[in-house]
Amino acid sequence: MDGEMLRDPTRRLFLQTGAALGGGLMMSFSLSSVGHAAGEGTLNAYVRIAPDGGVTIVSKVPEVGQGIKTSLPMLIAEELDVEWSAVTVEQAIADTKVFGRQVAGGSMATTLEYDGLRRVGATGRALLIAAAAARWGVPAETCATEPGFVVHGPSKRRLAYGELAQAASALTPPDPKSLTLKDPKAFRIIGQPHRSGDLDAIVTGQPVYGIDVRVPGMLYATFAKAPTFGARVASVDLAPAKAVAGVKSAFVVEGGTALTGLLPGVAVVADSWWAARKGRNALEIQWADHPTKAQSSAGFAARAAELSKAAPHRTLRSDGDVDAAFKGAAKVVSAAYDYPFIAHANLEPQNCTASFKDGKVEIWAPTQNPEPGRKLVAAALGVAETDITIHLVRVGGGFGRRLMNDYMVEAAMISKLAGAPVKLVWTREDDTQHDFYRPGGWHNFTAGLDAKGDLVGWRDHFVTFGEGEQFATAAGMNATQFPCRAVDNYRLDVSVMPLGAPTGFLRAPANNAFGFVIQCFTDELAVASGQDPVAFRRKLLGEPRLLGDPGQGDSFHTGRMRGVLDLVAEKSGWGRKTSKGTGLGVACHYSHLGYVAVVMEVSVSKGALKIHKVWAAADVGSQIVNPSGAEQQVQGSILDAIGATLHQAITFENGAAVQSSFADHPLLRMTEAPPVEVHFKLSDNRPTGLGEPAYPPAPAALCNAIFAATGKRIRSLPIGDQLA
Amino acid sequence: MAFTLTINGETRSVEVEGDTPLLWVLRDTLGLVGTKFGCGAAQCGACTVHIDGAPVRACITPVRRVGDKKVVTIEGVGKDPVGAKVQDAWKTIDVPQCGYCQAGQIMSATALLTANPKPDDAAIDEAMNGNLCRCATYIRIKAAIKAASGQGA
Ligand code: FES
Ligand code: FES
Repeated sequence: MDGEMLRDPTRRLFLQTGAALGGGLMMSFSLSSVGHAAGEGTLNAYVRIAPDGGVTIVSKVPEVGQGIKTSLPMLIAEELDVEWSAVTVEQAIADTKVFGRQVAGGSMATTLEYDGLRRVGATGRALLIAAAAARWGVPAETCATEPGFVVHGPSKRRLAYGELAQAASALTPPDPKSLTLKDPKAFRIIGQPHRSGDLDAIVTGQPVYGIDVRVPGMLYATFAKAPTFGARVASVDLAPAKAVAGVKSAFVVEGGTALTGLLPGVAVVADSWWAARKGRNALEIQWADHPTKAQSSAGFAARAAELSKAAPHRTLRSDGDVDAAFKGAAKVVSAAYDYPFIAHANLEPQNCTASFKDGKVEIWAPTQNPEPGRKLVAAALGVAETDITIHLVRVGGGFGRRLMNDYMVEAAMISKLAGAPVKLVWTREDDTQHDFYRPGGWHNFTAGLDAKGDLVGWRDHFVTFGEGEQFATAAGMNATQFPCRAVDNYRLDVSVMPLGAPTGFLRAPANNAFGFVIQCFTDELAVASGQDPVAFRRKLLGEPRLLGDPGQGDSFHTGRMRGVLDLVAEKSGWGRKTSKGTGLGVACHYSHLGYVAVVMEVSVSKGALKIHKVWAAADVGSQIVNPSGAEQQVQGSILDAIGATLHQAITFENGAAVQSSFADHPLLRMTEAPPVEVHFKLSDNRPTGLGEPAYPPAPAALCNAIFAATGKRIRSLPIGDQLA
Repeated sequence: MAFTLTINGETRSVEVEGDTPLLWVLRDTLGLVGTKFGCGAAQCGACTVHIDGAPVRACITPVRRVGDKKVVTIEGVGKDPVGAKVQDAWKTIDVPQCGYCQAGQIMSATALLTANPKPDDAAIDEAMNGNLCRCATYIRIKAAIKAASGQGA
């Protein structure tokens, strides 16, 4: 895990929970509350087999587009030994007692579940073998399986899983740890490309997303909150809203002060969402004054400039003596970098359907992280956590936004106050103006190079948001970012300023910005030392070795990074001559246990940037579970990063976000999307997640390519019109 | 007000305010939730449907303007041979990530291929540039359009 996670208490909790429960509770035999077909044999909480051999595999983690609803069931199916075509995947309900960690976040699911879920499948297979052996009266050791069948070699008898499942479900399962898993060379499912089971439904428009949920008697809701985060309703005239045709009720929701919880606002409930939106537009709301009303991006930038010049508030890490190193250096290079707040901008706006009845709450939530939502709802509505049922529905884009559950508690409270089931849907404007933003930050670098051009000292004074020792969410920095531990003299200083806007985790949290600043400044050092950017990085990485302690998320293997750097250099034809105005840029970054290097080729002509092509090389361990999904995650992460780097910034005025839609916080478009060639370097390490680590190197590769093409250094994001 | 609409070849009568965007008539009144809401302001293309064969943003199309024109949504586009081919290509190429934008993408792609059976890259860019994909599946969208038009991937 990276240091950012280490410092954030909620994040740490997920990871500890996940690690502690992986393989333990997930083997529990209690059942989820989903419907079961007649005659099915339930082998465990994840696997049911029908008499006709149809296999239902439960996927525990929310599906947000990362493909987990395919890749985790593949792990079970492989060891259960069934044909993938016989498998139907079912989304689990939120129930940690049965399933353990159910979080789509931190790129942790593959890392945490790779062994445990294979053992779930292997346990099921052992039960089926035991059932067959008992029926035949032969020792279990003489039986084997073929996909969907138990076979007895000596007598050439076979029994289909469907005929055995009922009997198998009555047997006592073996200790999962006692089972031998398949040799990866024998994998038939893992490592082959597989499509999502939802694919048919998606391309034919069947309801699969949170926003598609319809329950009997359901009404539709909008919820207006103060532009200045957390301000209360001073006064409101509800009558114009109630006069809109279709509006059933309109009311103030008191809400609290925590930006992560239920905030004050005005709900409008109607028989269609359009009527609820018209009613909301008719409201005249006076918002109370709020202490954060004075905050603005201009104010943050001015304060950051002051803090950058002043002595740092504290030092997070100091190795050797950077000041002495700079004094003795042949060359000292300084540069200041900054990046803006950005919004998640999920294409499916935040929404949730909730039904409060007789003290119980049923919720259908497009969430990445249901359990904190359950706690929020329990506290806000005064109901027991056990009286809350949370159905996980397909999510129209996660990116970390839906680790938060503000929409869930809003929907639940509105349902309670309206006395009916409601589907709350935010407007695009709500979504843009009430995000948990990726925080902006400022980095003031100084580095020293010796006469050979080797790095002898590195200092970063990071100016960010927080109070005292506490960073704002996702605004902290782990002290061990490379080149820490690769250079003798290293110091990371920080200064903080207070923030009254909500921040949160966005794809490759914190690293999505550190990759930009560190890898761009590294490029500046390569140029200053007169060396090729790949050669400079190779030298900096040095001999293959582990920096840090084995088994720690922040330990960094120089050899693995060197491997992907060399691979991407080879695939991109690094070092080749390019025409005038065209350039190649490189960057490599480690996050979420993955090593990724990226090269981009760009040209700039009359201020217009064109990204010709991207090459990426990733090392996420010994096995790519689903190559189709893996390629998508790398391509998606890189294009996501390109979009943000080119266009995106959220700014604040009068305590509120200025931008409100895709018009002023744009997403990447097709014409801007270059081809992305993806290569995986398999290494002898456990398989780890891929939803995030390809993002952080991309912004730097792009900006470094722009420098190669034009000689212009981008030190402030977004690129916007800086090339004009 | 009462409106009679032709949707996916069926006649449907609805009782809604005339300014209600077609998107919400489809989703909330008729329960055809395949057409998606992304922005409500013609910025993203998630709500794309066909009206008399042309790709239209349903989120800014008031129902009273639809009249007796033929509306086709993602739920019905597969009845059209081009639409079916596009859906098949989307599955073969495994285009979706979260999938939320894909109904709109498929509707825009089908309209493109109906008008221009063998589009080149520039024609694809032009027809598809108004359809945003937050997951940035653009590479596979392009490949799928090429595959559906028999131009290889
Ligand atoms: S919802 Fe219609 S274009 Fe975005
Ligand atoms: S697949 Fe997620 S928005 Fe396009």
